[in-house]
Amino acid sequence: MRGITKIFGPVVANNKVNLDIRRGEILSLLGENGSGKTTLMNMLSGIYFPDEGQIFVGDQEVTIRSPKDAFALGIGMIHQHFKLVDVLTATENIVLGLQEKGKLDLKAAAKKIQEICDRYGFVVDPNQKIYDMSVSQKQTVEIVKVLYRGADVLILDEPTAVLTPQETNRLFDVLRNMKADGKSIIIITHKLHEVMAISDRVAVLRKGEFIGDVATKDTDPQKLTDMMVGRSVSLNIDRPLVEHRPIRLEVKNLTVRNPDGVKTLDNVSFTACGGEILGIAGISGSGQKELLEAIAGLQHPLEGSHIIYYPPTADEPIAGQHVPVDKQGEELLGKDPLQIHKIGVSMAFVPEDRLGMGLVGSMGMIDNMMLKSYREGRGPIADRKAPKALAEQVRKELEVSTPSLTTPVRRLSGGNVQKVLVGREIASAPTVLMTAYAVRGLDINTSYTIYHLLNEQKEKGVAVIFVGEDLDVLLELCDRILVLCAGKVNGIVDGRNTTKEEVGLMMTNLRKEAQRV
Amino acid sequence: MSTVRHNEPLIRIVKRDTISRPKSWGIRIAAVLLALLISGLFIYSVTSLNPADVYKAMYEGAMGTTRRRWITIRDVMVLLCIGVGLAPAFKMRFWNIGAEGQILVGGCVTAWCMLNLGTSLPTPVLILLMAVISIVAGAVWGILPAIFKARWGTNETLFTLMMNYVAIQITSYCVALWENPAGSNTVGIINQQTGAGWFPDLFGQAYGLNVVIVLALTVGMFAYLKYSKQGYEIAVVGESHNTARYAGIKLSRVIIRTMAISGAICGLAGFLAVSGVDHTISTNTAGGRGFTAIIVAWLAQFNTFIMVLISFLLVFLQKGASEIASQFNLNDFASDVITGIILFCIIGSEFFINYKLIFRKKKGGAKA
Repeated sequence: MRGITKIFGPVVANNKVNLDIRRGEILSLLGENGSGKTTLMNMLSGIYFPDEGQIFVGDQEVTIRSPKDAFALGIGMIHQHFKLVDVLTATENIVLGLQEKGKLDLKAAAKKIQEICDRYGFVVDPNQKIYDMSVSQKQTVEIVKVLYRGADVLILDEPTAVLTPQETNRLFDVLRNMKADGKSIIIITHKLHEVMAISDRVAVLRKGEFIGDVATKDTDPQKLTDMMVGRSVSLNIDRPLVEHRPIRLEVKNLTVRNPDGVKTLDNVSFTACGGEILGIAGISGSGQKELLEAIAGLQHPLEGSHIIYYPPTADEPIAGQHVPVDKQGEELLGKDPLQIHKIGVSMAFVPEDRLGMGLVGSMGMIDNMMLKSYREGRGPIADRKAPKALAEQVRKELEVSTPSLTTPVRRLSGGNVQKVLVGREIASAPTVLMTAYAVRGLDINTSYTIYHLLNEQKEKGVAVIFVGEDLDVLLELCDRILVLCAGKVNGIVDGRNTTKEEVGLMMTNLRKEAQRV
Repeated sequence: MSTVRHNEPLIRIVKRDTISRPKSWGIRIAAVLLALLISGLFIYSVTSLNPADVYKAMYEGAMGTTRRRWITIRDVMVLLCIGVGLAPAFKMRFWNIGAEGQILVGGCVTAWCMLNLGTSLPTPVLILLMAVISIVAGAVWGILPAIFKARWGTNETLFTLMMNYVAIQITSYCVALWENPAGSNTVGIINQQTGAGWFPDLFGQAYGLNVVIVLALTVGMFAYLKYSKQGYEIAVVGESHNTARYAGIKLSRVIIRTMAISGAICGLAGFLAVSGVDHTISTNTAGGRGFTAIIVAWLAQFNTFIMVLISFLLVFLQKGASEIASQFNLNDFASDVITGIILFCIIGSEFFINYKLIFRKKKGGAKA
């Protein structure tokens, strides 16, 4: 790729980028959010068309106008969000959209798929329906789909974000097999240790510009981070120890059924304490979302469940205006978010679905700041002065980059959206702060800003619940880690003396005693 | 796909990020001019008439005399009133296509009052009473589908549509009941001699009161949606039910309350149409305006001030079209075609405001 430029309105997403991809190598593409990695790859795979620049395959200049052109050149991309039809089988999904002459021969296709799988070490049943598959199996289908179309260059956009450590290792084995077979692989990721583990070469983008590429063996995570950010950044996550840790929230026998009657949470019990970060680990869909929503009053747990809130005592720094309603603990079960707020519980919740639940995408920062507080003040007119001041403050303190305070937050980049959301929630002076995948999709710099904010809250005596997916972060940041497996608590471990392997195993294998309960 | 053509696509569509205000209005004006040009070609090719004469006749039909101007204004006000009523519902993404029914029930109760209380109550009291009960009737018609939606998640589009048919049948029944003269199958002009229950003249104008009521509603609704807490709730619910629940907003309450307001204003439009305009009731009292007003509300993006412009445009086109139909002996369909072309161009221009086209640069390498 030579001199590639792509402009979206006033934003230059890629500016004269040159990038080489060699046969039989794994190249990592690194960069902060909004540095133009995905845009660049989308141009290679035919989704966008470059405004300037040329693309060469071999020595020949090519024009890629659509994904079809890209496939014809042997370039295939595996997107972050899978594009599969749930009710079809793996084979049907793989041949979908191919225009081959003659009759559709699913058996022959299945055979060819099996050959591809055997060659590279994939495990996939060609006749299994997609809805029966785990996330990692779906990803496998996506990769096979691209290979089936004869791709020699594979682009993977954050493939490990949804995988457990064990699944990641398996994926990497497959990628190495493909490399040995002469395929070229480009992998986009934020996780530096994975970059070090898998790639031969690393290319770094910053603010749409190509910064440079280095052989992986000649570099280390610190150097890569400095290249990405443009200055030196500390990669250590602090974990201050707070001595006074009163119980703030006690969850007892929490059971939640989804509308289909399946138990998404099964008899979950734990405590969350002020002055501590409680990590929640588990493969995605193990009940994390339901757990946080149940505490926030957005689920309807079954009878016998209890969520008891113990207000801070008057001598705690965060006591503030949160007048203890009942020293013995307040049952939150059966109350909706408004009622919970009314009895003086200050709960901050950063949900997983930022624009679909935590924020209103079409509104600007000011209107989003008042989402939970718009009822304040007398009279029918909503006060916009205080939210405006708060929006200014959040913008300044968290360095939110937005054209204006009224620009719809949907138009902001992922990192800025999250800063708006976290900023608002922390500004509500919470006693309990729950975050779901707080750093998902965020670059290193923004992620560290968020970790820092969470630690600040913890030191104030706030009970922080951190649902995470990156085990390295969970192990470095959290005081205790609760592992969920299929809606059950599979153990609570001390973050200071556990290992990644131990937690990883607990995520996938239900322990005997947990099964019995 | 063995060969890959080495050329850039001829046209690419790119979403615009922002567009300056003069530029966007320039595009809209260009669209209107283009529409006039296409319609002119159409007129000339079909009828061999001079398009300029036809356009002049359109203007004359809508604005030619003082009386015609006031009739245009009168009809703009009814359409605008319905559009203002629909705005909160559609902003909440509640597809209220039941304005027709809400207008009719408001009109029916108004007609009942005129017939039965016309002589016994003084005009101001009667007008006020009719306004109140038409609001109540419209609100009931709006609340019913809202309750079902909030409680059992029924589809509001079908529900409000069906409520239209119920209202039409009720109106037919009333017309049969109040038939005057017998056998005409119409109600006739109610209180033609006494004028009881008719809008009194305001500022010496028969339709002065219509204007005052509707403009007050327009300003009020603008402020309600933009500044009030309830307006904020409507915007949040319209964007995402999950976000609303997260913010502690009671969904069912907001849905029912908003539909009550929406139905109430549409009911009031029925009162306006019967007491302030037609002085009669028939199944044509709403006359499809409950649907036309949906266009008004959407095109204006729920900004009630822009709705004034759009209502005026639609009524202007309609008045002009019927004028050229009679003046040039064209049938109604020909004039509807012209209206259609103009609307198509205006709505189509929004595409060019949101997107821009990039044509292939003329340079070497382009083979196709």
